Amino acid sequence: MSVQIPPTERLRTDTIQINMGPHHPSTHGVFRMVLTLDGETVVDLEPRFGYLHRGIEKTAEERTYVQNVPFTDRLDYICGITNNWAYALALEKLAGIEVPERAEYIRVILGELTRVMNHMLAIGFLWNDLGATTFTPVVYAFRERERILDLIEMAAGSRMMPSYIRAGGVVADLPEEFMPRLQKLVPHLKRFIDEMDTMLTKNEIFRARAVGVGVLKAKDAINAGISGPVLRASGVPYDIRKVDSYSIYDRFDFEVPVHTAGDVYARYLQRLAEARQSLRIIEQAMRDIPEGPVTSLPYKQLSRLKPPKGEAYGRIESPKGELGFYLVSDGSNKPYRFRIRSTSLLNLTLLREMCIGHKVADVVTILGSIDITLGDVDR
Amino acid sequence: MENVWTIENVWNAIGMALQNWLAGFLPAWLVTLIMDLLVIVVLLAIGIVAVLILSFLERKVAARAGDRYGPNRWGPYGVLQPFADAIKMLIKEDIVPHVADRFSFNLAPVIVTVGAVMTYAVLPFGRNMVAANLNIGILYFAAVGSLSIIGLLTAGWGSRNKYALISAFRSVAQLITYEVPLALCIICVVMLAGSLSTQDIVLAQQERGWFFLLMPGIFILYFLAASAEMIRCPFDLLEADSEIVAGHFIEYSGMKFALFFLAEYIHLFAGSAMMVTLFFGGWLGPWLPSWLWFLIKTFVVIFVFMWIRNTFPRIRIDQVLKIGWKVMVPAGLVGLAITGFVDKLIADTLIAGVVLFVCNIALIVGVSYFMGRAQRQKEMAAEGAALR
Repeated sequence: MSVQIPPTERLRTDTIQINMGPHHPSTHGVFRMVLTLDGETVVDLEPRFGYLHRGIEKTAEERTYVQNVPFTDRLDYICGITNNWAYALALEKLAGIEVPERAEYIRVILGELTRVMNHMLAIGFLWNDLGATTFTPVVYAFRERERILDLIEMAAGSRMMPSYIRAGGVVADLPEEFMPRLQKLVPHLKRFIDEMDTMLTKNEIFRARAVGVGVLKAKDAINAGISGPVLRASGVPYDIRKVDSYSIYDRFDFEVPVHTAGDVYARYLQRLAEARQSLRIIEQAMRDIPEGPVTSLPYKQLSRLKPPKGEAYGRIESPKGELGFYLVSDGSNKPYRFRIRSTSLLNLTLLREMCIGHKVADVVTILGSIDITLGDVDR
Repeated sequence: MENVWTIENVWNAIGMALQNWLAGFLPAWLVTLIMDLLVIVVLLAIGIVAVLILSFLERKVAARAGDRYGPNRWGPYGVLQPFADAIKMLIKEDIVPHVADRFSFNLAPVIVTVGAVMTYAVLPFGRNMVAANLNIGILYFAAVGSLSIIGLLTAGWGSRNKYALISAFRSVAQLITYEVPLALCIICVVMLAGSLSTQDIVLAQQERGWFFLLMPGIFILYFLAASAEMIRCPFDLLEADSEIVAGHFIEYSGMKFALFFLAEYIHLFAGSAMMVTLFFGGWLGPWLPSWLWFLIKTFVVIFVFMWIRNTFPRIRIDQVLKIGWKVMVPAGLVGLAITGFVDKLIADTLIAGVVLFVCNIALIVGVSYFMGRAQRQKEMAAEGAALR
């Protein structure tokens, strides 16, 4: 005897909603995604952020221009130097401050070191998200980061929160032993990047997990204001160091690497290629760095700085993309408006579009490949 | 009468001496009962000691791979760390989520652990050193080894946690998928050995050579299927910490968590030991006593598993299932056919071995070629996708 199942009683499936974060090992901080899953497939994703909101933009309006420098360190806390730099650039535009030659070189050297550090860390954490359970690539990346942080500490006195680059130059000249250390470090970093390349790039599991996952179309990326390695991995050769040529980047010979696949794997390759170019820039800067003063604006003048009425937008190519500071001055010693165009937040905007249709495991991979810092997302 | 007190035979000799002593003043049925219980206790002890050693080893190997020191505070070279961990686990609060299904929540760790410990019964630790020399030993191993799926499913369902539930889905999908190629590989070995008993399989390798050399292709299949069965990287999707945090044991704490932990490492030890039995000649080896050979080989295999864990990322669930059904099952069937024909048609063991070896290499090359080609095609298609 066979039992006839009426069509209404057939196996009925339903979606489940799952909260990924804010306490989750792979959300890179306090970030929450509300996932709607059909089995393992993501049908909807809603990013929720704001858990790390500290009100920096509003607080900054109550502080003088120089007092705001330490706030910038705490935005994207992986790369403090570049945050300082973007703010300094905006302030220099606003107040019309010249920067001495040597200070520009120091900025370039430290900024590019920060980029290498950030990209290595991003690759390490991407692997962590892929499930290299015991942190091996991350630990390797951290080891090299430590060497770079040592150099930043030599220059600035602090490792992660340097507050080193200020309007008019940098705080202090490099100590004598800095250059020899840097000269030793650069070939070492080159070897390390090659080592990461040999260890990771050709891994079949990595390729199977990363190729064709989280494809970001160039058109969509431009519309959403995505910048940095994520944009360039989608085939758009847009690098502010080239198109805006702030600071002294027009003097260096370097390329803007581009990949056209727009997937997780392309973003990985993009970071590797960019780290290599950064080392090229550092080598040239090391060769050409002149002697001279490192700031045109001593601290006493800087602390009493009252820029003329007006507004300015300074932007740089931070390791994660376009980082901009928009300052409005009302003629007092405090900014009237202090606006941050944060890279991580804008790069995160298309997360939903990238993730839909993929599996749960891909969500963390895609998030890792975008490389966000929650301090930068929430400000 | 020959001397039984050799290093080779020391464990059996202790057992015999105890039995003889007990037989002096106890009835025969009680002696049998006591001896059987004793064997069970010894096996449990071996299980727990193995877990202590393995958890220490896992952390040290991971540390060395990651350029770190690992545990080095407690005892020389940190060797007492596992004891500290065990005490910590014991004195932790036992939390049961108030929405959890208490019965299945509490039952799950027991099922998982019991299923894992039971596999020890048929492991041939040395010459004449197997707790139960079943004539269907390997079948028993495969059957009991998959008992823990029920436990994982119960844990995932009972916790009332969505991560745990996803892990339960995965456990069913993955573990059942990989039972099939695992069984196919075991059948190949059984055909060559002509027996299902683990002792006989080891003895057959004395005559024909280690099966790892005869059937490298089948060995690789078995290795992958076994790592999926043991939930080891790159198939550790059930407890993928970067995706579903800890999977089925996300809600467990204290001793219940420790039981899952125990089961995992017992599985690792048992799986590696079975791999040694099936492919690396079990306790066979010159000079050293057989049980020592067995342990050495097992720990080498375990080290390889740990090494892989520290090197590779995890595979995605759909890829796991795709590889399982589309690559490993067909490859296992082909391997089975090859082994069957060669074993039946070629009587001379040496020639049969060579033919098997060549066929297996061809199998590896063929499978790698097709898998590689599929991946390259996917990569070609992905190129320029962002601009289209």
